[in-house]
Amino acid sequence: MSATTKTRTAAEGRTPSTPAQASTAARLLGDRRLPVLVTAALFLAMYIGGLSRYQNYGFGEPQVFLNLFIDNGYLLVAAVGATFVIMSGGIDLSVGSLIGFTTMFTAWLVERQGLPLMLVIPLALGVGAFGGFLMGYVIHNFEIQPFIVTLAGLFLFRGLCLVISKESISIGDSTVSSMAQTRVSLGLGELSIGAIVALVVLAAAFYILHYTRFGRRVYAIGGNEQSALLMGLPLGGTKIAVYTVSGFCSALAGLLFMLYIQSGDPLHAVGMELDAIAAVVIGGTLLTGGSGYVLGTLFGVLVLGLIKSIIQFEGTLSSWWTKIATGVLLCAFILIQRAMTARRKT
Amino acid sequence: MSTPAVTTPSRWRALTRHHLFWPVAVLIALLLVNVPFTPDFFAIRMTDGHLYGSLVSIVLFGSPLILVAVGMTLVIATGGIDLSVGAVVAITGALTCSYISDQADQNALAGVFLAMGIGLVAAVVCGLWNGFLVARMGIQPIIATLIIMVAGRGVAQLITDGQIITINSEPYKLIGGGYWLTLPFSIFVVAAVVAVTVALTRRTALGLLVESVGGNAEASRLVGIRSRRIKIMVYMFCALCAGIAGLMISSNTSAADGNNAGLWIELDAILAVVIGGTSLLGGRFSIGGTVIGALVIQTLTTTIYTIGVPTQTNLVFKAVVVIVVCLLQSPKFRAKVFGAKGRARTTAPAEPTTPADAAPKMEVSR
Repeated sequence: MSATTKTRTAAEGRTPSTPAQASTAARLLGDRRLPVLVTAALFLAMYIGGLSRYQNYGFGEPQVFLNLFIDNGYLLVAAVGATFVIMSGGIDLSVGSLIGFTTMFTAWLVERQGLPLMLVIPLALGVGAFGGFLMGYVIHNFEIQPFIVTLAGLFLFRGLCLVISKESISIGDSTVSSMAQTRVSLGLGELSIGAIVALVVLAAAFYILHYTRFGRRVYAIGGNEQSALLMGLPLGGTKIAVYTVSGFCSALAGLLFMLYIQSGDPLHAVGMELDAIAAVVIGGTLLTGGSGYVLGTLFGVLVLGLIKSIIQFEGTLSSWWTKIATGVLLCAFILIQRAMTARRKT
Repeated sequence: MSTPAVTTPSRWRALTRHHLFWPVAVLIALLLVNVPFTPDFFAIRMTDGHLYGSLVSIVLFGSPLILVAVGMTLVIATGGIDLSVGAVVAITGALTCSYISDQADQNALAGVFLAMGIGLVAAVVCGLWNGFLVARMGIQPIIATLIIMVAGRGVAQLITDGQIITINSEPYKLIGGGYWLTLPFSIFVVAAVVAVTVALTRRTALGLLVESVGGNAEASRLVGIRSRRIKIMVYMFCALCAGIAGLMISSNTSAADGNNAGLWIELDAILAVVIGGTSLLGGRFSIGGTVIGALVIQTLTTTIYTIGVPTQTNLVFKAVVVIVVCLLQSPKFRAKVFGAKGRARTTAPAEPTTPADAAPKMEVSR
């Protein structure tokens, strides 16, 4: 309670005394879009900061911006899947290992078994979606915590990678390499197929979450499971579907990652679930579920990607600063979220 | 005539109802699986004044996990979770080893103690930060501890400068790899920590307070329990346990690896706690169960090696065991699978819930 009053006085103290402006500030603080706006502003500020610092090194070129999508397309897809799960109030820890498994699975089928890529892609997506479905089924029907079930999923898929092969399989298939090298020109710069797929997935997720019945159900369940059940929403079906979507997105992210890196490795994408969850949180989705925007996730991914490229441009900074910066950002955004939810309760 | 027939099942039921029944049963089953493959599995022999044997090595290699899991139990009992323990393990090991490696005489006792002190203080500070975020700021525990989980590994790498620091210190080696009174020294450390924890939680009111905070933090605050202080204490204790485990791991290998030390130990620890029968919802805990849970996980790893399952299937095996154990512990699963038998025996109030809950599920699965 005391924290709430403090934020209010602080907000009023900052804004000039006219009541209209004070209420604008209050409305802004209570606005659910605030975290997304803050993330977008942060992204802009970082981009402008990078622009002024590394202008002579070509930071200002549009291609640097487009590279954010090319280099983080897989993360974007995985984070979109994680957004669905987190929005519904759950959590999916199996993202990273499912990505690793998909790279391994496709590499093995294409290289060792000689199957055509066009057959392998739907197969891999199907396996991913089925894995998600199974986890959702267990979570809902046996009422085991999502944390534990997806943790078992993490072990299972990472283990299956190792069962396929302990060594990495590089992919020399001509279809894969030609797909990986295809660039679509946008006038200012170019995008890879992976980046375009990621943007399509983002658009689809945006439509589904905001304009379909399923999306509403996801929000409702995340907001309050009990009320959603009492309203007659199909709780189990939606929950299972959410995990299926996450599994599908993870598998798709795995395919994009495979395209990006052109190999399958049992150690690919270790810990990527943390990146995905961090991107979702930085993007302003509440971890308790029920509130957030998939566009925020886009900005979350872009911010994480920008940290990586700034560290690359800086040159002298070591890779572990990425982790530290991610942690600090995560902390800042969690505190912002906290201030917001405390405010909304009053 | 009929009396023994009645009492035997009721005794059996009392036994199966005991909260440690399933964990112990799984542990014994796992241990017995080893016997056909290694007939002398339970043998313990004396070499050079040290005890050797599979059982000793299970406890030895399992001791960091037991420590972390015991700390985690208390955190989970308050309804929280601590994902940062792996990072805390790495930070503690990194700080201690980098301090020792800067010493002129790495065998000097004072330097080693100081180094360990620094490491443990850093661990407790991490715990204080987690506790502050959870208790004062009211942030969800999963998220609050995620911060240190992500940033902590970076910090550990920063301390070791991205290198693996190797040290050569006899006294430090004792904690994780040394022997004392024919037994590995780490067993004594674990025993001491577990004994202190059990004494503090079961012989004082502390355990009750922890459970009441986990049951309902707001209600316990209204009753007059300082629930925030309890929460902060619990996170600090968990980090301290993780710190000791970090000392053990780095001492066992005589090296600090910011990247890999304690990797995934938080997941193993949470599993150990769950297998031990502590509910993730909080409000109830069992230190004994957690110790058994941690031993189950370590035995599982050892079993995978001894029965000759290819090591790459280790994780798949683990996943399957986790799922089976969790399913066995899920009341819903038991009601469904053993429902036919259970329904006849179970008391009346349990009955209506089972079909009612099962009905919507059937629609769902279609």
